[in-house]
Amino acid sequence: MPSGVDVKGPKPTRADFATDQTVRWCPGCGDYSILAQVQKVMPNLGVARENIVFVSGIGCSSRFPYYMNTYGFHSIHGRAPTIATGIKVSRPELSVWVVTGDGDGLSIGGNHLIHAMRRNLDIKILLFNNRIYGLTKGQYSPTSEFGKKTKSSPFGTAEQPINPLGVALASECTFVARSVDIDTQHLSSIIERAARHRGTAFIEIYQNCNIFNDGAFEDFVAREVRTDRMIQIEHGKPLVFGKERRKGIRLRGFHPEVVTIGESGVSESDLLVHDETPQEPALAYLLSRMSYPEYPVPVGVFYRADRPRYEEIVEQQSIQATARFGAGSIERLLDSGETYKVT
Amino acid sequence: MSTETEVVPPRAKVTEIDTVVIRFVGDSGDGMQLTGTQFADTTALVGNDLATLPDFPAEIRAPAGTLAGVSGYQISFSSRDIKTPGDQPDVLVAMNPAALKTNIGDLEEGGILIVDTDAFTEGNLAKAGCKTNPLKDRSLTGFRVFDIPLTSLTLQAVAEAGLTGRQATRCKNFFALGLVFWLYERPVDYTREWIEKKFKDHEQMAKANTLALLAGYNYADTTEVFTNHFRVRKAQLLPGTYRKITGNEATATGFITAALLSGRPLFYGSYPITPASDVLHELSRFKNYPVKTFQAEDEISAIGAAIGASYGGALGLTGTSGPGVALKSEAIGLAVMTELPLVIANIQRGGPSTGLPTKTEQADLFQAVLGRNGECPVAVVAPATPADCFAMAIEAFRIATRFMTPVFFLSDGYLGNGAEPWKIPPKSELPELDVRFRTEQEGFQPYLRDPKTLARPWAVPGTPGLEHRIGGLEKEDVTGNVSYDPQNHEKMVRLRAEKIARIASDIPRVEVFGKDSGRVLVVGWGSTYGAITSAVEELQEKGRPVSSIHLRYLNPFPANLGDVLRRFEKVLVPELNLGQLSMLIRARYLVDAIGLNKVQGKPFRVSEITRAIEELLRG
Ligand code: SF4
Repeated sequence: MPSGVDVKGPKPTRADFATDQTVRWCPGCGDYSILAQVQKVMPNLGVARENIVFVSGIGCSSRFPYYMNTYGFHSIHGRAPTIATGIKVSRPELSVWVVTGDGDGLSIGGNHLIHAMRRNLDIKILLFNNRIYGLTKGQYSPTSEFGKKTKSSPFGTAEQPINPLGVALASECTFVARSVDIDTQHLSSIIERAARHRGTAFIEIYQNCNIFNDGAFEDFVAREVRTDRMIQIEHGKPLVFGKERRKGIRLRGFHPEVVTIGESGVSESDLLVHDETPQEPALAYLLSRMSYPEYPVPVGVFYRADRPRYEEIVEQQSIQATARFGAGSIERLLDSGETYKVT
Repeated sequence: MSTETEVVPPRAKVTEIDTVVIRFVGDSGDGMQLTGTQFADTTALVGNDLATLPDFPAEIRAPAGTLAGVSGYQISFSSRDIKTPGDQPDVLVAMNPAALKTNIGDLEEGGILIVDTDAFTEGNLAKAGCKTNPLKDRSLTGFRVFDIPLTSLTLQAVAEAGLTGRQATRCKNFFALGLVFWLYERPVDYTREWIEKKFKDHEQMAKANTLALLAGYNYADTTEVFTNHFRVRKAQLLPGTYRKITGNEATATGFITAALLSGRPLFYGSYPITPASDVLHELSRFKNYPVKTFQAEDEISAIGAAIGASYGGALGLTGTSGPGVALKSEAIGLAVMTELPLVIANIQRGGPSTGLPTKTEQADLFQAVLGRNGECPVAVVAPATPADCFAMAIEAFRIATRFMTPVFFLSDGYLGNGAEPWKIPPKSELPELDVRFRTEQEGFQPYLRDPKTLARPWAVPGTPGLEHRIGGLEKEDVTGNVSYDPQNHEKMVRLRAEKIARIASDIPRVEVFGKDSGRVLVVGWGSTYGAITSAVEELQEKGRPVSSIHLRYLNPFPANLGDVLRRFEKVLVPELNLGQLSMLIRARYLVDAIGLNKVQGKPFRVSEITRAIEELLRG
């Protein structure tokens, strides 16, 4: 069960999670769809509104908390994971969500993101990746593709982009997933799974910024081509894609290759079968690096693991210390150490 | 405490004195901090008043025997009430040439000098840059020199414990300690018990250290190297239960007490930094108390988490030193904007940049009062003595929660590491911390203010019906919604300033030490209290027209400060910086405050302040 579970009272609806604030994203922005999916999933979780906190940093995506009728904290650039950490450690019963972007989470706040994930706090991190800086009007971001021309890189960038899922895996994150803003069904199912995961859940969401980086993902997320150019990975199932579901991914050594079922003797049993919970996240890492046009772009849950949560361990230590030494009091505290009396 | 001891009571002639200043100096590997702390612990238990000044190098282990590696611990103890660790030592215990060279200049004329002759080898002399051996070149004639082969005597004494040569040599600090215990009539029992506890899993070490301690004591007693030993009677302290405490320990204890008094758990977010790490170490021990510590990935995360915890209803605390505060500045602004209670403890050190990590300074006052973007007022308090850290830590949270504001707690390396006897207050004397959350839904607005304090309600997640959003963007008055309205912005800026200004009516007025008006008023803040008060006391005894005040509240200032300042002809402000408080006072009160400024990484000597006052009185 997710944190903050409260089954009392009538089941809330999607509308209960919307606020009276005018949503200020540009018309057509991918953020709308993500907001709608989160609001849709919330009532399913059985968590009372007052027990949910959305924390964000700075950037377009970070406006998110204003539009959720829960507790919300719109903080400073890159620092949402730190605020969320303080909330979760001091109030483990709350359901804590972090909304961040590629600049906020992977550039200015990169350090916090990796450490929050390695601690495995039971928080949910939604990283809206639009591969651009939107709020500051169009500079390249750490996920912008190599050579991209933007306002701050008129001759093209000189930087290799970072792989958000690779960062999450390297940070020992216990739930690593990817989805896409416009694939609403897939997105909502991944958000719900993340919510139910116990530990840090990280979802990279491809999000279209139609003002400064329109069509960044169009080549593979467009409805007409999606089935051929993306692959939904599912636990225990072979990696199959394509309109006729005749294409698949086979592993040759450490190298994934695209094959066609029925051609050159390839059958479904030759295909790679996805495992979300392997001993080592090596396979998830390989999948995270598959990109269009060489490969279909994978979405789904890449990796998950069950590990003790930071806030839980901290809580346990307090319980154990109290059992061993007895609960502290002012008198005990002040008299600890070598005392002596003066008469 | 027990006075049972296997050592014979001293037979030598006894001289009574009221105050002694001893400085132990040696290589950073020689255990001088331990020796000093043990001496201070026993001295407290014996009933003297005391003040200490540890002084260590920034490097953990600078090359052995070099000048850079010298570590020292000074303690002043007395039968009278004392407020500083003393200007100059009367006794110097030097474990090697480098330690002697860097400290001999401070020793009082005619003072006692104890040296380990074994350490004065050619190699060590060269490392210390001594061209000649000071033990032989007559440069020490002005002192009472006791040259004792401490190392070889220690090796003989601990031989039966069967340690390696290197380990055995390391016991020599206990030999020296035993010697000094004898010299000042202190019992060895407390240190013996301490050794047993400390080395309970290392029997050989326990045995060897005990042997060294006793051997030092007995050596002094039987060899008649010392013809005299000295008696410092118990101090006439106020009756009560006491405990020797360092500033950092008192700080941690105060913060935990604030949690217990308020019924809200303490959350401490911190990143290791000298000289604040001891606060983290100390707080991490109290797991059976409502205390959670979080060692963050960096300074920003440390404060971010503290803000998150405050938002969740805990007492959010972050602690660091100046460079860390620089990194936290933006987040402090966030706490100002979101009007959450938060305490930022700055254990100041020499700056700028990495500066002098292990040395003391008071140069972060501007940073605390002014150092952020925008109009960003916060409350600032500063403890005056190591023990006062306790009271001011509680006070910081009282203000933070009552006014819903960040509060700076400005300690420094000298206070943090220095120790003194602390009279443990009975619970009944502790302040009340009445902390309440808003739960009432009717009429709730996130930025609706208390008419008196202007504090907004503390409405924590988990409270049904009070769901709301806060953040760093400008808030609309009352509703807390984002607002870019120009009039509203000015209104909010003024409200935030007014809220901090109103704290002045909630804090004590400053009290003048000495006459209420006169020629010279000395104004101090923070850790200079001891030196200033001692200097003023000394001059008042001589009938000089000088008084002093000590500010424990730096923003806002106490309500009567302006009146007090104007009643004196001259105002002197001694500070360990280039004049930060004096500039604030000049700006605020248009008073011609005169600075006495020192930035050497060291506290003031009393004599430096008396001299400055005398000069002002003459001028
Ligand atoms: S700038 Fe881009 S990301 Fe930001 S709101 Fe507009 S469309 Fe969305």
